[in-house]
Amino acid sequence: MPYVSNEEAKAAIQDRAGVPSQQGRLTKILDSDMFHSFLRSKVTVVAACGTLILFLLAFLAPWVAPHNPFDLASISILDARVPPVWMEYADPRFLLGTDDQGRDLLSAIFYGMRISLIVGFCSVIAAAVLGISLGLVAGYMGGRVDAVIMRIADVQLTFPAILIALLIDGIAAGIFGSIDREVFAFYILIVSLALSFWVQYARTVRGSTMVEKNKEYVQAARVIGIPSVIIMARHILPNVMGPVMVIATINLALAIVTEATLSFLGVGMPPTQPSLGTLIAVGNDFLYSGEWWIAIFPGLALALLVLNVNLLGDWLRDALNPKLR
Amino acid sequence: MSVLDIKDLTVEFPGRKSVFVAVDDVSLSVEAGKILGVVGESGAGKSTVGNAVIGLLQEPGHIADGEIFLHGKRIDNLPYKDKRLLRGRKIGMIFQDPLTSLDPLQTVESQLVETIRTHLPFSKKEAQARAIELIDAVGIPNPEERIKQYPHQFSGGMRQRVVIALALCAEPELVIADEPTTALDVSIQAQILVLMKKLCEERNVAMLVITHDMGVIADITDHVAVMYHGELVEYGKTTQVLGAPEHPYTQSLISAVPRPDVKVERFPVVNYIEKAGTPQKQIDISTHWLGKSRDYEKVVGPLVQIRDLDMRFETRGSIFPSRRKYFDAVKKVSFDVQEGETFGLVGESGSGKSTIARLITGLYHPTGGSILFGKTELTSLTNRKDVLAMRRQMQMIFQDPYSSLNARMRVRDIIAEPIKFHKLASSNAEVRRIVDDLLDHVGLGALAGQKFPHEFSGGQRQRISIARALATRPRFLICDEPTSALDVSIQAQILNLLKDLQEELGLTMLFISHDLAVIRQMCNRIGVMRHGELCEVSDCDQLFEAPKHPYTRELLDLMPSMELLSRANLETV
Amino acid sequence: MIGFATRRLFQALIVMLVVALLAFTMFRFVGDPINQMVGIETSIEEREALRERLGLNDPIPVQFLRFVTNAAQFDFGTSYQFRQPVSELFAKRIPATLELSFTSALFALVVGIPMGIYAGLNRESPISKLFLSVSLVGISLPTFFIGILLIFLFSVTLQWLPSFGRGETVQIGSWWTTGFLTISGLKALILPSITLGLYQMTLIMRLIRAEMLEVIRTDYIKFARARGLPNRLVNFRHALKNTLVPVITITGLQLGAIIAFATITETVFQWPGMGLMFLQAVQNVDIPIMSAYLLLTAFLFVAINFIVDILYFFIDPRLRVGRP
Repeated sequence: MPYVSNEEAKAAIQDRAGVPSQQGRLTKILDSDMFHSFLRSKVTVVAACGTLILFLLAFLAPWVAPHNPFDLASISILDARVPPVWMEYADPRFLLGTDDQGRDLLSAIFYGMRISLIVGFCSVIAAAVLGISLGLVAGYMGGRVDAVIMRIADVQLTFPAILIALLIDGIAAGIFGSIDREVFAFYILIVSLALSFWVQYARTVRGSTMVEKNKEYVQAARVIGIPSVIIMARHILPNVMGPVMVIATINLALAIVTEATLSFLGVGMPPTQPSLGTLIAVGNDFLYSGEWWIAIFPGLALALLVLNVNLLGDWLRDALNPKLR
Repeated sequence: MSVLDIKDLTVEFPGRKSVFVAVDDVSLSVEAGKILGVVGESGAGKSTVGNAVIGLLQEPGHIADGEIFLHGKRIDNLPYKDKRLLRGRKIGMIFQDPLTSLDPLQTVESQLVETIRTHLPFSKKEAQARAIELIDAVGIPNPEERIKQYPHQFSGGMRQRVVIALALCAEPELVIADEPTTALDVSIQAQILVLMKKLCEERNVAMLVITHDMGVIADITDHVAVMYHGELVEYGKTTQVLGAPEHPYTQSLISAVPRPDVKVERFPVVNYIEKAGTPQKQIDISTHWLGKSRDYEKVVGPLVQIRDLDMRFETRGSIFPSRRKYFDAVKKVSFDVQEGETFGLVGESGSGKSTIARLITGLYHPTGGSILFGKTELTSLTNRKDVLAMRRQMQMIFQDPYSSLNARMRVRDIIAEPIKFHKLASSNAEVRRIVDDLLDHVGLGALAGQKFPHEFSGGQRQRISIARALATRPRFLICDEPTSALDVSIQAQILNLLKDLQEELGLTMLFISHDLAVIRQMCNRIGVMRHGELCEVSDCDQLFEAPKHPYTRELLDLMPSMELLSRANLETV
Repeated sequence: MIGFATRRLFQALIVMLVVALLAFTMFRFVGDPINQMVGIETSIEEREALRERLGLNDPIPVQFLRFVTNAAQFDFGTSYQFRQPVSELFAKRIPATLELSFTSALFALVVGIPMGIYAGLNRESPISKLFLSVSLVGISLPTFFIGILLIFLFSVTLQWLPSFGRGETVQIGSWWTTGFLTISGLKALILPSITLGLYQMTLIMRLIRAEMLEVIRTDYIKFARARGLPNRLVNFRHALKNTLVPVITITGLQLGAIIAFATITETVFQWPGMGLMFLQAVQNVDIPIMSAYLLLTAFLFVAINFIVDILYFFIDPRLRVGRP
């Protein structure tokens, strides 16, 4: 390297000064470059707080929402399509107005966000587990196994996730029939999202695994005689998790958007268990008659949620990418 | 009059917690037609000097103090645009890695022509003619044809020649070469050094050569500046500095350089730099854990017998066998390693020496031949239990201290893994005691176990690697270039440690290196490899005094001469 | 060159065969095709006769072969909902989708590439930061919501642009209808193209910026600077050209994605293209349309990828000229 970096110089000095000093774990985290870069980026701090608040509102919806939109006893069709409080004909009970069935929009958004997030998290976990395992195996084993897995991934990669999710949903509908579709909607969604997103994990993990497997620490483990499965799980996996975390964060945002899109297109969550996308789909019908809030407010909530998660993912990618430091 | 004058240069890198002073109050000068070498170990700030001169300091580094003059004209405070005009026109630069220094998408000609035309008022035709002339001058045969090619069509040494041509193309007055030969093989290195020296004299160019390699300094420089932690510790005529160093750092640095011409028992420890870890406690091998159950059956004859070993890699796969292409990394290699000796394998990159190490340890499976370890034929082992028993008896130390340890595991767990896996201890408490003991024994201290590898420097990590290799209580240790990524002073410590351990534990070693000097200090017998074949196997002294094979002689001739170097410290050992 | 092209063509063919197998499996095994085609009152005998006539009792490989042969001749069977040949339905709708996709792709490239180059070269400038923030908002807003917002703003509130349909179209040749030639057709194209292109534009911009930043850190760029080359040469001849290699691949993929994302935009704007038809097919489990759509889009993607590979070949000499 033509440039001497600070790290290099520090290491060289350390070499001559013996073992470095002791530090506690917490102080180490608080003192780390990563935490520092987090604090330095004000946008990221705001995004982290925003994400935290939105997550809390969503998961604590039954306790923080002013109304229970699923309690049929408390909603009345007479309250339908009430505008937000700052407009004419508003009702102070409903801060952001009501939808076509008289449900409080703010509460519906909290509950909808909860469903969106649960679907998002479950599908991200499912896709990650599938993609990481296949990627590890493909990268470590190489040869035929690798060729087969990666060809499947390549073929799938030529199709955007949304299309695959739509197809899987269509196929599921063909198999289960439209009545069961509503019951299984949640699971179908997760499966179709997981099957559309696993490729990214698999490709990234495979790439890093191929780099890691040639590193000398893996060879050292092989010289000791440790079996492949343990090498993959104990040695390679922790070393390839960095990029996986970045993909998972960005994918959470993408999964939420895709779920919303599917629900908007009418093949995702049914109106009985509305996610944000379903709420927007319902509201879209009233857009032209001037009742814009039914579609726009859930849409803004969705955009805010996704934006915050994306901001975090963006920062995480830059912080974990040593090349950009 | 001198071409380059550096006066009291200080370069700082402000960090989050403190300001790192990379170069501290350094003054140097270079004359036309002369070569000044700047030498130092990693972190000495030698590259930073070069970057400061050409105005390419990496952010947030900046010149905090001092002045730089080119032909008496101050250049460090010029505005960006004027600085750029100096680059290439007045100051040429040569980087370390020729494989990454050239734009892969442009032909050599287009890169030369654009540089020439940026600096000189040439027409396209004239520039092309000059480009061909330059390519010829740096010794690339067939210049008219080669110039139309892309960088990937050149070998590493040829690419470095192209880089030199690019640095020279506008007749600069000063050339800065940052580790110009570090990425190259010995034979290529010698050619490039000769070329640089020749061009420097012919064209009356002043040259600043930055290197960590005392051999390069001894070979081509007229003056030398020794740097340590950003400071200039010694500066003078090369013959004088190397022959009669005054500063204690220079003295110890020179004595730590392994030399092919003298064999020493132990390397003099570079006292100026640090105490070389805590001195090892002598252990009684009959009672210590490392000696326990060394009840390997005695072998009659050599411990390792390698016969007609072949290894062929497929470099191009195809469904048609006739279109497949192969690379023979190891061809019909046979040699023996006697119990208790250190057998050296030496050769240039791609000679197949590391492949042999990986074949013996079972990382690759040979395409032909046999490897006999004691009485066991390794190539036909199938039973997992037998394989593990063999794995336990042979361990390996790798080249790169940065990638040979799993960054996500604590040092303690790294060393405990082989002990637990081979069930060499009965309880976790015992494992822990053994690990602490091993760390202590390689000179790190038991406290080191709680930390992660990134908290250690290269030399310390190599000690951890050694502790891990010892943890299976092996009888055969393979060292694959164990010190080539380390600074000389650290290298001396690690080599000493290996020697001590071998003596103490009666280890048999296979020592692989590209560095003949290191090989001479470490080995009893030596095999010389070239293009996958074993040219010669000789006793150490015989190989250096009376080489049999022409290739061995060639290698010995190519070694930088160390005669200039002071022998002061060696004689006291 | 020819060897390279044949190899890629061969790979493309394999991809198409795999997709065809998928489409066939869907076509044949998801639900019973016979039940979909006939009414409840049809007798079992009649069903059996139909089954025999359609060749559904033949061995599976024979059926697959027939499926592939038919598909190669644009015969995808009959739609369950419309009772019309799928190919005719598609033929009517392909121009709408292609015109929309083309306009959006043009918008995404023409705006996205310069923004990306600028942001890559001037990493710290406030304009780059603005681009980056805008792009982040761009990828965070779901496509359909962008459409809704645009409709709300420009159609419902300002009433400048139409919110649905293609406007007036002109017939060209026997089956192509175009909206490019009438004012109302062009006006109708604006909102859907922006909706569809915005996401791809932000992606392309971010990608070019990221690649540019990587390339600028390489040794050959540092060496080019050390040779004293002016910034213009370093940035455009060396950095940009090296950036192009990965960018072209992903841009190709993104252009393919536009056709798939058209499904959403077409739904929001009730644009009479294949995407809208596909979506209705998914909702109504109209398998022949679904499998035909799968095959058609796969074909478009594979074709785009093939062109990208060939482009690649011309840009990167490492593919073109072997080592000596």
